[in-house]
Amino acid sequence: MSAPATASAARPASRSRLRDGALLALVLGAAILWFAPAGMGRYGTYVLSLWLVMSIAVMGLNLTLGYAGQTSLAQAAFMGLGAYATAILTTTYGVNWYAAFALSGLLTFCIGILLGFPALRVRTHYLAFVTLAFSTLIWLLLRNEQWLTGGVFGIANIKRPVFFGLRLDGALAFHRFLVAVTLILALALWWLVRSPWGRAFMALRENPVRAASLGVDTRAYTLLAFAIGSAYGGFAGALYAPLVEFIDPSPFSLSQSLFLLLMVVAGGSGYLLGPFIGALLGVVLPEWLRFAGSLYLIIFASIVLMLLIICPQGVSGLAERGWQALRRGRPAGGAP
Amino acid sequence: MAEFVAFLIAGVATGAIYALAAIGFTLVWQTSQTINFAQGEFVMLPAVLVLLAVKLLGAPLWLGALVGILAFILVFGVGFKVVVVDPMIRHGVLPLAIATMALSTIMKEGAKDGFSAEAQNFPSFVPTGTVEILGTAVSLQHVAIIVVALAAIGLLQWFVGGTRLGRQMQATAQNPTVARILGIPVERMVLLTFVINAALAVVASVLISPLYLAKFSNGETIGLFAFIAAIVGGFNQVRGALVGGLLIGVVDSLAAAYVSTQYRLAVPLILLVAIILLKPEGLMGRKEERRI
Repeated sequence: MSAPATASAARPASRSRLRDGALLALVLGAAILWFAPAGMGRYGTYVLSLWLVMSIAVMGLNLTLGYAGQTSLAQAAFMGLGAYATAILTTTYGVNWYAAFALSGLLTFCIGILLGFPALRVRTHYLAFVTLAFSTLIWLLLRNEQWLTGGVFGIANIKRPVFFGLRLDGALAFHRFLVAVTLILALALWWLVRSPWGRAFMALRENPVRAASLGVDTRAYTLLAFAIGSAYGGFAGALYAPLVEFIDPSPFSLSQSLFLLLMVVAGGSGYLLGPFIGALLGVVLPEWLRFAGSLYLIIFASIVLMLLIICPQGVSGLAERGWQALRRGRPAGGAP
Repeated sequence: MAEFVAFLIAGVATGAIYALAAIGFTLVWQTSQTINFAQGEFVMLPAVLVLLAVKLLGAPLWLGALVGILAFILVFGVGFKVVVVDPMIRHGVLPLAIATMALSTIMKEGAKDGFSAEAQNFPSFVPTGTVEILGTAVSLQHVAIIVVALAAIGLLQWFVGGTRLGRQMQATAQNPTVARILGIPVERMVLLTFVINAALAVVASVLISPLYLAKFSNGETIGLFAFIAAIVGGFNQVRGALVGGLLIGVVDSLAAAYVSTQYRLAVPLILLVAIILLKPEGLMGRKEERRI
């Protein structure tokens, strides 16, 4: 608003305004979602809740892919680890859900470190291949170790958490709980990306060699980004299990991991709100496009493919381009 | 012993299929930095297209095969390069790799919805029966796979090393800039590798489908094992992909027989992780210098 602002100073200001816009959208979105399910019925509420849970998993993957520039093909496997850990801890051992949630995150974080450490010794896309292998191994374990995971029969009757004496068994109550948890996790990520750590992640993605020569320990930061991203997968799983109340190995397969990756790209990798858009396209839209049935996967993948060809920054990138075109279209000096 | 030989030969046969897929994978990687995550689907689809052509056209098998195979090479050799790879290559390796993941979903779901969700019989070009090798009855099908696949790989090696066109392709793979300076039509050579990749996929598909049946989900395992074969053998080497493919096939077959049928898939995966840990450049690969 100050008149003497120079062009060079104006650019970072507009960027940070964009970020703050994302933050505002996040809080506003949470407020809308808090009340949204009114009149949507049980199933509509469930779809919205599922959207939030998948958004958390996609958010984690967005950190790995969009900010640290590494491909993980095991996000669904991490989600499965979190879901099974939570389900087993709460049903068999009667552990409190909050403790199970934290343990799921810790478990997936540690496994992320263990997987990423050897893979990131080599710079080319070896993390993708290691996670590909890991994803298949986890799927085999979930299916074959019946004594622990129930095999193909899965685990049923997973209890929902209790919030300070308030039971969250109802669809709406649990949905609101999910809104709160998603908001907290999204804000944590927003903070992380703005912190010096986040700057280091982005420096890595843009130019790893330059980042290294500036003294950023590239390997440690990439590893950390991947491990935190994986922990978000674990968190998403820990929320997914009580949401659906029954889990089996099928939603944690390799193709589901690929699907999550496509959601990151569709929404816009490296954008704070990208994961929500991506999960909207991947999870909610098929519910509206029921008539398309199983063709939906083809439609979704085709959309992603076209987006990648036209605008690799996904829907968020398209929106940003459109916004900039609009601004440029306005007469000079007309800015507020 | 007889049992062991039988498993070994079955392993070499499936390994030859993985080698075909892995060689195409490394060729495309070398000339255009495309990590093709749809490689397994590339092997799945030709058989499906052949059956589809027979069904839709009511044509005899040979005509259906001709139409299906030509359509596949046109769409997934030439079309894949022109429509997907060319516009994306400037965005870097990662978006392109993700694009091939999207492509693999489209191919898999397309085969499921457009053709059949069930496994379909695929005719074999050799009679069923067995021959006696080292006192073991070996299926003719396995022998045919080994002979044809190795012949195809031998032909490719001769083409790459022994013909002018092949050496131009090799030069393009090693250093496109210098190749261009020497007057090699680099673009056409890159296109050629995509066509060769599609052709290798067709050979693999026609060989494996009589055994595995034509099914939309076949690509998952084949693709996974082709990656593993390429990495184990050495990402930048046709020879490495061959060795890696055969090794993975044999390891998988022996693991199924002597380790556990439930965890047969795990053994090659553990081999992959071991290679990445101990010898990341692959068994046959050279250490790559990092370029800035």
